[in-house]
Amino acid sequence: MSKNELVILDCWASPFCMRVKIALAEKGLDYEERAEDLFGGKSDLLLTSNPIYKKVPVFLHDGKPLCESSVIVSYIDETWPAPALLPSTPYERSQARFWADYIDKKNSMQLFDSTSAIWKASGDDAVESAKKEFVEVLKVLEGALGEKEYFAGDAFGYVDILAIPITSWFLASEKFGNFKVEAECPKLSAWIKRCMEKETVAKVIPDPEKIYEFVVNLRKMFGIA
Amino acid sequence: MEEVKLLGWWVSPFSRRVELALKLKGVGYEYIEQDLAHKSQLLLEYNPVHKKVPVLVHNGKTMAESLVILEYIDETWPNNPILPRNPYDKAMARFWAQFIEEKEEERGKLVEEASQCFITLEGELKGNKFFGGEEIGMVDIAANFIGYWLGVVQEVSGMELVTRDKFPVLCKWMDEFVEHSVVKETLPPRDELHAEFEARLGAPSWKY
Repeated sequence: MSKNELVILDCWASPFCMRVKIALAEKGLDYEERAEDLFGGKSDLLLTSNPIYKKVPVFLHDGKPLCESSVIVSYIDETWPAPALLPSTPYERSQARFWADYIDKKNSMQLFDSTSAIWKASGDDAVESAKKEFVEVLKVLEGALGEKEYFAGDAFGYVDILAIPITSWFLASEKFGNFKVEAECPKLSAWIKRCMEKETVAKVIPDPEKIYEFVVNLRKMFGIA
Repeated sequence: MEEVKLLGWWVSPFSRRVELALKLKGVGYEYIEQDLAHKSQLLLEYNPVHKKVPVLVHNGKTMAESLVILEYIDETWPNNPILPRNPYDKAMARFWAQFIEEKEEERGKLVEEASQCFITLEGELKGNKFFGGEEIGMVDIAANFIGYWLGVVQEVSGMELVTRDKFPVLCKWMDEFVEHSVVKETLPPRDELHAEFEARLGAPSWKY
């Protein structure tokens, strides 16, 4: 095995995998992308590398596996320090980690779960209720962004990387929920556009229309309406 | 002068984490007890998003989320490090901390809800021997976990949720409950229950 062999066990639609790929792109690193068939059968490597969750992404650095996308992105930032993804002072870093935790908070209404709840819901009431919760989460994030270009200020960084991939799933929610994120949260919408203009982001994030088709198939699989 | 304050709650394992980290590093701090049943203006101002403890205030800057605070503490006071220095080991430590957090949050919610519950129940006793009055009733029976099991859980976990000074009325009820002639017959032997809980709870995550 050559030094600095980087592998990601991946699923093209997974926003969590997209996070890792954006981080690697930001650092100008080459890596091998190995697609996992999450429905057909997970690879042995995935199952042995991530026995606790059996999920993607798994990132392997010279064969050593790491799991949990936020942990992986932090690791990438610490191992290849330039350009920095996390801010420079401990306090600013604590703010970035706080928002990362908010976006991913388990046992709570997190960004990906709340957007998915909309297309998972069946019945108008359930859809409306899911939409309300999702918009609440968006508004909190919009508040955190404030007047800044990116979450930490002028530079694209950690929180942006964790949040932007999830936005590729918003179109599906908009279609099933019959609403527009731009109408509800214009500043956040502007931030999405700003991030998508970055080359490292644009080349990783798939077309939201493709995610929408993927969701249509997921709904069929789950037997939703 | 370094000014460190911690908003915490005596029950919360999450605020205990922060205290432990500060103590390990010999960092002096002012502890401000919070009453989660009546949240203070300070708490609401310092943690508007989650309105929870712990909140760390360092030289006027506020931080929330215990694991986030631990990272800040480790970076700010690097002596006696709590995270490994090697990036891979550090990543593994973060992975496990998040895993535990996910499990503990499930339990943590129960702890907070339980304490609120105890406060309410004490009110419901209204100076009576039992919830049912002079004799045990439906509510006493429904509360049997509190009456007996909880004490064992506390012994096993090392966590004191119901103490005589915090909940004197409830403790008196617990005494009456376990002494009741019929109730006595329904209680599993304490040592066996203790062993069962020990096996199931896996004490270490509660012990500090």
